Parts: sequence; C-alpha cells; structure tokens
Amino acid sequence: MVLVYAESPKGQFKKAAFEAVTYGKKIGDAMGKPCVALVIGNAENAGQLGVYGASQVVQANGAFENFDSQIFSEVIASVAKQMGAEVVVVNHSSSGKSLLGRIAVKLEAGSVSGVNTMPTLDGGFKVKKNVFSGKAIAQYEIKTPVKVLSLMGNSFPPVASGADVAVQALDITAPAARITVKAVETVDGTVPLPEAELVVSAGRGMKGPENWGIIEDLANVVGATTACSRPVADTGWRPHHEHVGQTGVAIRPNLYFAIGISGAIQHLAGVNSSKVIVVINKDPEAPFFKAADYGVCADLFDVVPRLTEAFKKFKAEN
Amino acid sequence: MKLLVCVTQTPETTTTPSFSADNTEFNTAGVNYIMNPYDEWYALVRALELKEAAGGSVSIVNVGPGTNDTVIRKGLAIGADDATRINAEPKSAMYVAKQIAEFAKAGGYDVIFLGKESIDYNGAEVGSMLAEYLDMPFVSFGTKLEMNGNTATINRDIEGGEEVVEVATPFVISAAKGLAEQRIPNMRGIMMAKRKPLNVVEPVAFDDPAVVVSYDLPNAKSAVKMVDPENMDELVRLLHEEAKII
Ligand SMILES: Cc1cc2nc3c(=O)[nH]c(=O)nc-3n(C[C@H](O)[C@H](O)[C@H](O)COP(=O)(O)OP(=O)(O)OC[C@H]3O[C@@H](n4cnc5c(N)ncnc54)[C@H](O)[C@@H]3O)c2cc1C
Repeated sequence: MVLVYAESPKGQFKKAAFEAVTYGKKIGDAMGKPCVALVIGNAENAGQLGVYGASQVVQANGAFENFDSQIFSEVIASVAKQMGAEVVVVNHSSSGKSLLGRIAVKLEAGSVSGVNTMPTLDGGFKVKKNVFSGKAIAQYEIKTPVKVLSLMGNSFPPVASGADVAVQALDITAPAARITVKAVETVDGTVPLPEAELVVSAGRGMKGPENWGIIEDLANVVGATTACSRPVADTGWRPHHEHVGQTGVAIRPNLYFAIGISGAIQHLAGVNSSKVIVVINKDPEAPFFKAADYGVCADLFDVVPRLTEAFKKFKAEN
Repeated sequence: MKLLVCVTQTPETTTTPSFSADNTEFNTAGVNYIMNPYDEWYALVRALELKEAAGGSVSIVNVGPGTNDTVIRKGLAIGADDATRINAEPKSAMYVAKQIAEFAKAGGYDVIFLGKESIDYNGAEVGSMLAEYLDMPFVSFGTKLEMNGNTATINRDIEGGEEVVEVATPFVISAAKGLAEQRIPNMRGIMMAKRKPLNVVEPVAFDDPAVVVSYDLPNAKSAVKMVDPENMDELVRLLHEEAKII
C-alpha cells in the first residue's frame, strides 16, 4: 500500500496535495497496490482526494491546527505501520521536509528527498532527484522494506482519474506540542515561489529598487510570482524570500523570465530545471543566453514595458 | 549555554559536476571544497553570537574523512571552541544523523544547529532525523532566533511567508538565510584555531538504508532562439504557439 500525506494548511488543500496523491496513485498502480491518502486535522472536503487516485481517505481528527513535525510524523508513522504501508509520500515543502527524516527514522526506512521521477521497481527500488542544485541528477536505491519519499513540486501535475471517496475518521488525541506557534504570516494573492508555474525574475541590471515597477507590471499581467538574484536580495532591493539560486530558493516553474541577470553558475543552479527560460539582457555575451530557450538582447528598460503591452494585447485577444 | 553546530563539506559553488565513466562516482579531481554555506554563514555565526551574549561554548561536529579537517579548522578560526570529527565517509543522510545523535546524546547540548540543506545533495534530511533520534523538537528554516532564558523565539520560512514559534531547550534548528551575517575569519582567529582541539572519534556501525547508485547530467538546452527586441508580440506568440506555456 502507498500512503500519501496530503497537506491541508489552514484547512485547504493546495495543488501540492493533489500532486502527491497523483504521484502516490502512479506508484501504487506500478506496484499493483492501492493508494491511501492521510489528512491530519481540518480539510475542506477530504473526500475529493479520491479524484486524484486515493482509493481511501483517512482523516485524523484532533487538535492539529499548528504544524509540529514531532506530532505529525507520529501520526503518519503510526498510520503507516497500522496499514502496512510500503511507500510513504510527503511533499518536498517546508513541512514535508521536516517530516521526511522523522518518518524514516520511526519506520527504519530509507528515504529520498525531493524526488522528481517515478521510481523503477525492477532490480530494487530506485528513484531520481536533482543534486548539486540542479546541476546533476542522482539515482538512489532504497534498500529497506519501507520507503519514504518527498515529492518535488511541479514534477507531477495533478491528474483527475476518479471520483470523491468516503472519508474514514481516525480519532487520535494529539500529543501535547513542544513547539508553540505564535504567528503565521503569509502573503495572500500570490503563489509562493516554490509552487509558482510562472516566474518573473530580475537582477542587478535593474539599477535600483525604485525601478521594480516594470517587473511587477509584467508579473501582474502574466500572473507570475516575482523573484530576484542574490545580490539584489543582499543589498535589500528585494526581500530575501525572492532570492533564487544555489543558496536561495530552487525552483522549477514552467516559464522563467530572467531580466538583467548575468546567469552566474550559482544562479543557474537554482533555476535551470525551469521548462522554458526567457532571457532579457543587453550584453550579447551574458552567460544566461546559453541556458535560455528564448533571448532578447536589448535594454530591459525599453523591452520590458513593451513585453507587458504585448502580453496585455494577447490576454485581451485570448 | 552549550551549543553544537553540525557542519558539512561541499564542493565549491562554481563546481561543474562530472562523474566516472560508468556514472557511479562523483569525480573529486580538481574540485575545491568549502564549508556548506548554510552551516558556515548562518548556523555557526548565530551560535557564536548567542555564546557572546550569554556565555557558554560552541562545538563543531562533522562526519567525514581526514580531508575535511581544513574546513573544520575554518570553523574554529571563525570562533568555535572545539571540534569533533566522526571518522567516516558518509553515504546517506541517516548514517550522518545516526552518528551525530550517538555523539550528541550524552553531551547535554541546549541547541543543536545545522544548515537548512547541503548545497551538493540538497537533502534537508539530517536535521529532522537527528531530532527524531534525540527525541527533540525540530524547527526548520530558521531566519531569526532570539533566546530568553531557556525559551527560544524563532521565525521560520514557510511557503509564501513565515511562522513565529516558541520552543524550550533542548531543540534542533536548521538555519536559513537571515539567521546571521557571514563572518570572515581574521588572522588572530586563524592562529588560535591551530591550538584548538579537533578530536577524532570512530563511527558506530550503521547500514545505509538508501544510497546513490548512478548519476546523470541534465539534457543540454538546444540553442537559444533570439527574438527581435522591437517585436515583443513575436515573443508572446512563440511562448503561446511554440512553447505552449501560456
Ligand atoms: C557561494 C556563492 C553562492 C551564490 N549563490 C547565489 C544564488 O543562490 N543566487 C544568485 O543569483 N547568485 C548567487 N551567487 C552570486 C553569483 O555568483 C552572481 O554574482 C549573481 O548571480 C549576479 O547577480 P546578477 O546577475 O543580478 O548581477 P550581475 O552579474 O551584475 O549581472 C547584471 C546583468 O544585467 C545586465 N544588464 C545591466 N543593465 C541592463 C539593462 N539596462 N538592460 C538589460 N540588461 C542589463 C548585465 O549585462 C548583466 O548581465 C553566489 C555566489 C557565491 C560565491
């Protein structure tokens, strides 16, 4: 059996949960085993996970409002044991990353974090992930009977293959938390970078923070999340959480606009898994052009507003 | 306060990885190594700041072979008091976590720091495994840490924002950008580091549950298609019709 922990932050599933269930279902199909989704705490219509392939949904009801890896991993590992899970899947998200290792230790299971391909099952359980921040790919073999995986975002688009299923309630008293959550602040309205499918990113070529209006305009029209290069975040032109690259956030959107970014190896490392890369740079020798699918060699201050207009026109016509 | 910082060694960030002919080994020839930036810039420095404010000690632990001593000495030069190297060639995150847990369990550490992930295998697994072995709370991706007696207030990165949590010692924290500012070791630090203890201990037996069996390089990009800067409608058309991305 494949057990998938479906995250429901603030009681809502996001795309990540559907991706994880879709992935779990595919692994289950390959193994000839069912995929069971586990929900911890509140979730609006947990039964909808059936649409993405869960044959059963188990929901731990209890006081699980705040995330604590100690408590959540205990629930996941005990359900995995009870139901005899052979594979446990979580998201490679801020909570999934702090659960993976704990679940693996509890189940004495081998784990691989940030997987982005289907495992192969012939001659051992093998699965791939990006290493060296996307500069290479490693294939791991998990040798233990139970396997624990965290799934990289934007690797398996959710596939609707079934219908809502009944939710089985699991009455678990949440153990007392040792971590108290005092405040949660999330920016609503924009898709967080690790989940974003469209990203508009800018670098030092912008000259100063006062010029970011054209980047935000483009991002708004495209419906993209904004990002930046490291020096831009280091000098405080943009907030730290926008910093992408080897020492920032690693992303794999469908479309990445790199505007006024030279394309240093440490920057490319975090973004080269993007499906399509568009580079706007006035220097024809900028290394980023070698990693790009489409390039525009020109002054960004001329081109970006023009591109925004072109997108507006396209949106109006389509 | 007794503080422990777990550090690892990674290839320098400009490294272009290459592999043996059968794609099973990472080629180490000509590769320069550094201390993992998250360990050095944020985890270690925040530990040192806490010690400077409230007293105590900062120890470094690394699981690795003798060739890691240069990187460990750098940690001592930045200001750690002593270091321990667990003499092994680690092949999995769980192996590393197990070794550090065995070393740390009787150490009475109040806070155990590590970087949010290593920049080579990008696993982010050791922290949560270590916390599990030691039965401690784990706060990942800390960007701010203030201590008030035995209670810590920590800001941590979550998807699209941040969370503020409170936790009592002992606990494990993984450090993200913002937790501290990088420190460059000075001459005095480098001289003093030579006399600081670097203990070597042998590992406990533990089988790797998951190991890398082969490597690959990503598919090379086909040549870039240049678009006329005067014709941005054309770029939008290509993204729509050719790349089918919008
Ligand atoms: C250990 C380490 C880790 C690092 N990690 C990261 C990381 O995670 N992420 C990261 O981004 N960097 C990282 N770096 C830094 C990296 O090496 C580069 O210094 C950085 O990416 C450069 O940022 P940039 O491209 O914005 O600036 P620059 O290199 O200064 O490039 C600016 C670009 O803008 C172009 N430009 C200027 N004006 C215009 C204009 N008017 N119109 C069009 N184009 C214009 C220029 O031609 C140039 O190509 C790291 C470095 C080290 C040593």
